[in-house]
Amino acid sequence: MITMNEVWKTYPNGVMAVNGIDIEIMKGEFVYVVGPSGAGKSTFIKMMYREEKPTRGDIIIDGKNLAKVKEKHIPYIRRNIGVIFQDFKLLPNLSVYENVAFAMEVIEESKSNIRRRVMNVLEIVQLKNKARFFPHEVSGGEQQRVAIARAIVNNPAVLIADEPTGNLDPDTSWEIMNILDEINNRGTTIVMATHNKEIVNSIRKRVIAIEGGRIVRDEVRGEYGYEK
Amino acid sequence: MKSRTLARHVKEGGKNLVRNGWMTFASISAVTVMLLVVGAFLMIIMNVNHFASSLEDDVQVRVFIDLTATDENQEELLSDLQGIDGIDSILYVPKDEGLDSLIASLGDQGDIFETLRDENPLNDVFVVQAENPQETEALASEIEELSHVEAVEYGKDIFEQLFAVTDFVRLVGFAVIIGLMFTAMFLIANTIKITIIARKREIQIMKLVGATNGFIRWPFFIEGLLLGVLGAIIPISLLLYGYNSFYNSMGENTGLDFFTFLAPDPLIMQMAILLISIGAFVGIWGSMMSVRKFLKV
Repeated sequence: MITMNEVWKTYPNGVMAVNGIDIEIMKGEFVYVVGPSGAGKSTFIKMMYREEKPTRGDIIIDGKNLAKVKEKHIPYIRRNIGVIFQDFKLLPNLSVYENVAFAMEVIEESKSNIRRRVMNVLEIVQLKNKARFFPHEVSGGEQQRVAIARAIVNNPAVLIADEPTGNLDPDTSWEIMNILDEINNRGTTIVMATHNKEIVNSIRKRVIAIEGGRIVRDEVRGEYGYEK
Repeated sequence: MKSRTLARHVKEGGKNLVRNGWMTFASISAVTVMLLVVGAFLMIIMNVNHFASSLEDDVQVRVFIDLTATDENQEELLSDLQGIDGIDSILYVPKDEGLDSLIASLGDQGDIFETLRDENPLNDVFVVQAENPQETEALASEIEELSHVEAVEYGKDIFEQLFAVTDFVRLVGFAVIIGLMFTAMFLIANTIKITIIARKREIQIMKLVGATNGFIRWPFFIEGLLLGVLGAIIPISLLLYGYNSFYNSMGENTGLDFFTFLAPDPLIMQMAILLISIGAFVGIWGSMMSVRKFLKV
């Protein structure tokens, strides 16, 4: 599903964020990406949804090489990759329903398709009864669930989560993890960057540790491996 | 693009206008002022052009006959003139008649010329009308070659003066219009820039969920287009009303019998189309500047 070959990323200011990463992530896998701050974790994640372009090497997702894809084809690549963030990135003036529907409107889906599909994903994230609420009227955990709903509404093959529990309390974090786990069980590949030791050590999955822009550890059912 | 998508872009563009409030107002005002001046200058220029061309149609060659020419000489000249191709009509104006019209044209002050009645210094004149006004100049130089012709005059000076005036009007108008166009364009660009900054988050999310660049840009083009077109409404109605009432009170008369004003009927329509096009052009241009500069999609 995701293949990286000798991927390097050097920023224009000279920072060498990623220095030769090779990795293979299979379809349907759930992968934690861990590592200290500033180790290149963020760049690694950003290159997966083509927010950053690698300086060298190939990143192949679902058969498309993100390192070589033309600028104008990036939108179509992104439709196959859902992304969620620590800060949710919801639009405050749109309701829960509209926030999710937005992702389908921009790809010009029909209204009836949008209705059906949005209600469907809101059910998956258990927010069907809050469809009319605005982001500021629901809790942080619920906001992240809206973001998840938006990320998966176009049926992406891959879901990338950049510290999805970073702003949430432990109980709510578990809630989010359960939902991500369920989405993973439905066949979506998930790559999740995290600093949450408890979650990584409890819900055992494959763990990739990045330090100094290189993969220093790659274990099936691994541990978090850092003190904090 | 699907029509539903276009409807969405128009809606979003309209929303942007409302959201920007005062900047929208300032931009539309700038377009309004610009188009008012453009419209006014265009009306003047078009009327002046119309005067010039009606003058061309009316152009005559005045052939001054030698003072020493006898009646036979005049007969000879007349038959020479009749032999030239391209002459529509020949009118003989004897010097007495010439003096009469000179005195009449000078009004009260003309009376002093009555004393010249006995020793009239004017020439007898053939007034020649060309079949084709464009050939007037060629005709005039041909006539000048004939014998017993003292001089030939065909309103060349008036033409040149008139064209000098119209050129000047055009030049000033053009400079003013270009200046105002840039002002309007920059204001629109600024308005769009504010929209883009206000919608940064939305744009970022649109990109993340796979909106194409075209999809993201469209509402901003529509916003610019609307700013430009809305700015054309007031100038068009003002010019429509103004020119109509001006024309109705003046009629075709300019005070000079051979000049007429253009009828409002096709003129205003052409003007309206032109002003809307200029407004739209300036609007889209302004929004393109901002979209290119501030919308890194």
